[in-house]
Amino acid sequence: MSSCDTKRPSRVIDRNALDDLLGTLRSRGYTVIGPRICDQAIVYDEIQTTDDLPVGWTDEQDAGSYRLKKRGDDALFGYVLGPHSWKKYLFPSAQRLWQVTRDGEDISLSPEGGEEVNRAFIAVRACELHAMAIQAKVFIGSEFVDPTYHVRSKNAFTLAVNCGQAGKTCFCASMNTGPRVDGGFDLALTEVLDGARHEFLVEVGSEIGAEVLGTVDSREARLEDQHTVDDIVANTVAQMGRSVDTADIGDLLKRNHANAKWDEIAERCLSCANCTMVCPTCFCSTVEDVTDLSGNHAERWRRWDSCFTMDFSYIAGGQVRSSTKSRYRQWMTHKLGTWHDQFGASGCVGCGRCITWCPVAIDITEEVAAIRRTEVEDATEPLKRGA
Amino acid sequence: MGRKDKPKLAVWKFASCDGCQLSLLDCEDQLLDIAGAVEIAYFPEATKAVQPGPYDLSLVEGSITTPHDAERIHQIRRDSKFLVTIGACATAGGIQALRNFKDVREFARIVYASPQFIDALNKSTPIADHVKVDFELRGCPVNKKQLIEVLSAFLHERKPNVPTHSVCVECKRQSIVCVMVAHGTPCLGPVTQAGCGAICPAYCRGCYACFGPKETPNVAALGCWWHDELDVPYRDVVRALRTYNAVAPPFEKESVRNEH
Repeated sequence: MSSCDTKRPSRVIDRNALDDLLGTLRSRGYTVIGPRICDQAIVYDEIQTTDDLPVGWTDEQDAGSYRLKKRGDDALFGYVLGPHSWKKYLFPSAQRLWQVTRDGEDISLSPEGGEEVNRAFIAVRACELHAMAIQAKVFIGSEFVDPTYHVRSKNAFTLAVNCGQAGKTCFCASMNTGPRVDGGFDLALTEVLDGARHEFLVEVGSEIGAEVLGTVDSREARLEDQHTVDDIVANTVAQMGRSVDTADIGDLLKRNHANAKWDEIAERCLSCANCTMVCPTCFCSTVEDVTDLSGNHAERWRRWDSCFTMDFSYIAGGQVRSSTKSRYRQWMTHKLGTWHDQFGASGCVGCGRCITWCPVAIDITEEVAAIRRTEVEDATEPLKRGA
Repeated sequence: MGRKDKPKLAVWKFASCDGCQLSLLDCEDQLLDIAGAVEIAYFPEATKAVQPGPYDLSLVEGSITTPHDAERIHQIRRDSKFLVTIGACATAGGIQALRNFKDVREFARIVYASPQFIDALNKSTPIADHVKVDFELRGCPVNKKQLIEVLSAFLHERKPNVPTHSVCVECKRQSIVCVMVAHGTPCLGPVTQAGCGAICPAYCRGCYACFGPKETPNVAALGCWWHDELDVPYRDVVRALRTYNAVAPPFEKESVRNEH
């Protein structure tokens, strides 16, 4: 996506031009998807104009809690993050892989065809761009390419937004994934709201981004506009609600598999799988074969699954991780530690969704800190079977 | 299928509201397919025509609440190759298991003019407490898509795709906003088995746990959260757990604990 890598805003547009830009995307055949309010939350869904955005709304988040609040201005992107992540468009939660029909002796198998919809993602945040890059590595980064992810990500247009504020559950700064976008976008905006001034500073991240920007009224950015972005992002960093000390984190978790903290977490953990469902990098799925009553038609479906379900680790003879303790430990150790071994990077982007959307407020940042605090010297005790 | 004759299906009723049997009749688009795939040999709710056993598949609705039913279920088991219980009554004792926390004779005295003719057991119990059950399909009522899935799986000798994970997974797969986190609405979804399609959260209501406890439920942690963070009094935690699956062991244990 990023063929012309300008790290600075080059143009400035106003809200009317942003509306025109959304119109350009639609006229180019994109389904435009962005943030909008639904059921008292800011979710991702199809939008038409900037009126559909959560104008003047923000979100207050803490562990296990999310509330919308009025801002007192007309900011379009003055919120942090909602419950949805873009993975629902790139890695659908339920997808038919193929179907097969029997007609007498004839059996005809039809794989699902490539999807033709091109999507424009509006207001993608820095942590989300990193999450997309992480999932891309999983789905299309090896010789085994997931066709759905490949087509959907290749055809997507990404309009990113630098975060003008951070929430209480944000910790992207400590994961080095934000709040400033640093690539993987076609266009990136910084919203500037200062008295009567309401403008968007635009960075161009790709040729197609430049083309789309070229269709709307804009003015050239000045040097002070560039400083404005730095100031806004610095302010967001200062607001960051949480942090994780990532030093040695993979080894820390491996050394501490017998730490008593895991038992304490398991007392609170509902093993409901919400953390993995809202995580923008969690990619696990299950595959189900279904038949109809006649037995002449069968389908294979892929659905989101989670390392917190019993079925997920079922192999001949039983579950590999039958206790909640072992499931939480597996999730956190993989996300923050063994992901490095597997994919060469952390699986966590610090978006904080697993903290906000945990129904009982389990906080991954707090648990890492607790493990660090309580590290036991003889934590080398071998992993007990079934523990 | 490898069978010459269509398998014989029987549908039985014990203490219940008939809603789960109606779910089978409610499979309008598939009814002809069902009738084509199985021989409906015993189904008084649908037809007076009755064929004698044995039956290849028995669907059993309702709980055991009388000495007579406690005997009758054994004969049904003997007559059935596969026995599948359907609905909260059959799988957990149903709403009528609320009697299990009280003295049923007291109720009978209040309700009936001549309670001496009432021959009811003190407790309402699931079918699996009495006979071996091959598969339990949860729900109050059962979900008709899951019912068709169980029938299809039986006909084609495969495991039914009936997950035992939380309702939360269904919410998130459908992009439903969490009513507990975003609205502060008490919801039993995190301890409840999926299967309904998360109907209540889809309409911004908390889950009522119609499908009973999920696999490895942590009801104690959820109850604490309701009380400490959502300001739900303990008596209301007890009430929420005492509905259609009141004596499903994880719910019963927690409701009894919260009573005091």
